[in-house]
Amino acid sequence: MLDRLREPWSDRRAERTLGALACLVLIAIVLMIVFVAVRAWPSFHHNGLAWFSGRGDIDQQIGVQVNTGANPTRADYTIGAWPLIWGTILTTGFAVVIGVAFSVLTAIFIVEFAPGPLRRLIVPVVRLLAAVPSVIYGLIGILVLVPFVTNHLVGEGRKESVQYVINLSGTGLLVSVVILTVMITPIMIAIIVDALYAVPRGWKEGAVALGVNRWRAMWTVSVRAARPAIIAGAVLACARALGEAIMLSMVSGSKGFAPNPADGITFIFEPLRPLASTIVEDAESLNAPAVQATVYSFALLLLASSFFLSIAAWIAKQSMRKYGVR
Amino acid sequence: MIEETEVRNPRPPLPPPVRRIVVDSPPTVVAPAAVDQSAARPERSPAGPERMTLDSLSVFYGANHAVKEVSLPIRQGEVLALIGPSGCGKTTLLRTLNRLTELTPTARREGTIALDGQDIDLLEVTELRRRVAMVFQQPNPFPMSIFDNVAYALREQSRKRPSKPVVQPLVIDALQRAGLYDEVRDDLERPALRLSGGQQQRLCIARAIATRPEVLLMDEPCSALDPRSTAVIEELIGDLRRDLAIVIVTHNLQQAYRVGDRVAFMYLGDLVEYGPTEQVFGAPRAQRTRDYVGGAFG
Amino acid sequence: MAVAPHTEPLKPLRPPRKRRVNESVRTWRWSDRIALVLCWATGIALCLIAGAIVLYMGVKGLQFLKLDMIFSRPQASADQQGSGGFLDPILGTVLLTLIGIVLATPVAVATAIWIVEYGRPSWLARGVESGIEIVAGTPDIVIAIFGLALFQQGLFSPLSFTAEGGAVFGRSFLTAGAMMSLIALPMVFGATREGLQAVPMHLREASYGLGKTKIATIRRVLLPAVKPNISTGAALGMGRIAGDTAIVVVLLGATLRIDPEGSIPGTNVLRGTGGTLTSYVYNNSPAGEGNAEQKAYAAAFVLLLIVIALNFAVDLIARRGAKTGLESTRLGA
Repeated sequence: MLDRLREPWSDRRAERTLGALACLVLIAIVLMIVFVAVRAWPSFHHNGLAWFSGRGDIDQQIGVQVNTGANPTRADYTIGAWPLIWGTILTTGFAVVIGVAFSVLTAIFIVEFAPGPLRRLIVPVVRLLAAVPSVIYGLIGILVLVPFVTNHLVGEGRKESVQYVINLSGTGLLVSVVILTVMITPIMIAIIVDALYAVPRGWKEGAVALGVNRWRAMWTVSVRAARPAIIAGAVLACARALGEAIMLSMVSGSKGFAPNPADGITFIFEPLRPLASTIVEDAESLNAPAVQATVYSFALLLLASSFFLSIAAWIAKQSMRKYGVR
Repeated sequence: MIEETEVRNPRPPLPPPVRRIVVDSPPTVVAPAAVDQSAARPERSPAGPERMTLDSLSVFYGANHAVKEVSLPIRQGEVLALIGPSGCGKTTLLRTLNRLTELTPTARREGTIALDGQDIDLLEVTELRRRVAMVFQQPNPFPMSIFDNVAYALREQSRKRPSKPVVQPLVIDALQRAGLYDEVRDDLERPALRLSGGQQQRLCIARAIATRPEVLLMDEPCSALDPRSTAVIEELIGDLRRDLAIVIVTHNLQQAYRVGDRVAFMYLGDLVEYGPTEQVFGAPRAQRTRDYVGGAFG
Repeated sequence: MAVAPHTEPLKPLRPPRKRRVNESVRTWRWSDRIALVLCWATGIALCLIAGAIVLYMGVKGLQFLKLDMIFSRPQASADQQGSGGFLDPILGTVLLTLIGIVLATPVAVATAIWIVEYGRPSWLARGVESGIEIVAGTPDIVIAIFGLALFQQGLFSPLSFTAEGGAVFGRSFLTAGAMMSLIALPMVFGATREGLQAVPMHLREASYGLGKTKIATIRRVLLPAVKPNISTGAALGMGRIAGDTAIVVVLLGATLRIDPEGSIPGTNVLRGTGGTLTSYVYNNSPAGEGNAEQKAYAAAFVLLLIVIALNFAVDLIARRGAKTGLESTRLGA
């Protein structure tokens, strides 16, 4: 048999082998969906649609599940994931919206207005920022920003106004959104800058030759032509924000509490915990079946969300093809 | 005797014969023989006032002296054709007229260009480009609908964005003047990039003339198009002449003959000859002009 | 290209230059002026934030990093401030990165070659490409617990510790490395595919014209041409593996020291649990159990240096590859 391996491979054999290796990826994905869904099923089965609602203190519910150990009763599977879902929506939503605006403006600055030496400095800096591990962002957050917010921004009066419901400290929505935004912007900036540089010169010259000022030429032609890249960057950033577990578990306050916008400004100081952070924090107790079902159900929701994101982005890009923007 | 010498010192082989142009009679213009010369050129109306004046214009790209002290007038109602071989500086000259050379960092300009008596260096550059419009060699319609393309300049140049009912008649008028309206009237919201090459170029012309500029610069507008579109655009140029001063750069001598009222021949940055078309093509004063229009080099 | 204000070099013996009027912001609409201010503000803010992060980590890191920390093993003691270093986490990072990239690169390169050079049937090729995009977009925490579910099956018991009752632990360097390869795969694949698509057709045609089979062409012509791309992708993948924490916490145990499992030297480390620099920083921060800030800063500084070095390597390879890679195979250049 070794002799057969040593002789020069025929094209057909090579094609089959390479194709088989390529299919490994598909197999991995199918396995992932199957395993996660199978382990998540009990939680959905016992809760039905109420899984998505808020059914009380979720930290308490998870605590019960951890304590039941190997033989949970039917009632132990109770979980109402809404506070975690709301926390995820808040952090991801704010971070992506602020991040896209920030990235587009910064990319325009880099391409059009930045003086030469500054531009040559910024581009490698942006790429470096995109490579910094999330745990370092979390470290800076928890050792610098959180004490700052605790000592200077959250006053006694604010704490008293909500002290019957929740305990305010520096960790919470504000620091989470700030650091998450800083984390996701570099990759978006890099994508948008590349797209702005790739806009055909004819369009840029045509706009300038019509007597339109620099900003308007950039905004109405180049940025418009770069819209697919902006969407691609936003989807990438959204996926990263959704899945961010470690950094957010350090700075979000780690309480299964749904921040209440009706509280006014205090709303941004309230603690929360997104889905991904919950998975990481409960990963040690995964052997108890009830906890396992709960945690895998969160993972299935995250998986479904990133899947829908990709589809939504694809649809948005298709609709832009009409006008010739690639 | 000669044979002896040849055996002892064989003559070196002669170089291949050189084609010489013998000009003992004035060369005929290179228009196709079948075309009646008087009918090939559109009716010339008397030229209007002088719109732009170039005075000792020189352009440097770094150390390269691309345009050497050119002085020319550009009059309304007249088409000025810039001809010359590749690299002679005609495109550079065209691009200085609306200060587009400033997009290149190494470009440097000396001399004066005046628009209606005003030095264009002292004019706001966006203001200048609204009065001196340009059509490029490759059609470059924006990735928007036909209507948005033509309305682009109208909307972006004004201080306050005009509403659609205000803009619409101006767009239709520009499309009519560009000879494109009949072909696209049924759906103006179609994406501009779906048009054919010739239609796209006419769309670019419509876009350029929508804001009623004073001068229209055209950089080899037909070189990327098929002959039928070329003919349509040349007819268009004849119609547009009345209200505008047109400067067209072309490497196609027949086109320069058909379209131009005055011709400027440039060679390696120098303005070799300038004058009415019949004179430059029929009785050129400079030897080099004679060689070029006679086809000796291209 | 930007319309930059033109500054001319001074030339003696010429008439004085007249001031050229460029675009003045005075003619802009109000909304345009606000936008210009915002652009400048965000640009400056980005520089300040980046500078602050780099400077802060640098200062704190140098303040707390002592050389013996890199070479001494961590010690489990009540007073984390004074004891031990983080040699084990560093070794853990290196080991995990190696396992991950060694597993990912062949599969990624093979997939890229199959997609670009063969790609039949086309629905399968589109499926594989979409699949890789899905993997790239999946959160690493989901991949981590998928790995846990997968490797806790009895089939994979040799890969990690098995308890008496038959319950497979599922956590080891091998299992974590396998999942790390999954997250590095899209980067190597993307870089290789770009490189292959950039190779001009005439190179392949020249090789076929000489009578070479497709697989020989791939081995002798295409693979050498895209070596810099593969290296770039691998460096990017290694950067991502080195910075990942979630998979380490779930699939590696995130312990302080490397705990080998079993008796065979070599594989016992692979089957054992351990920690990496990322989990070490996490554990020593106020969010974890250690609560030793200085150690966290020092370890974070080392981690940052590793990531910067990998980034720098990517730049170097890309620049050097662009100069010598394809040009050396270009015909007649």
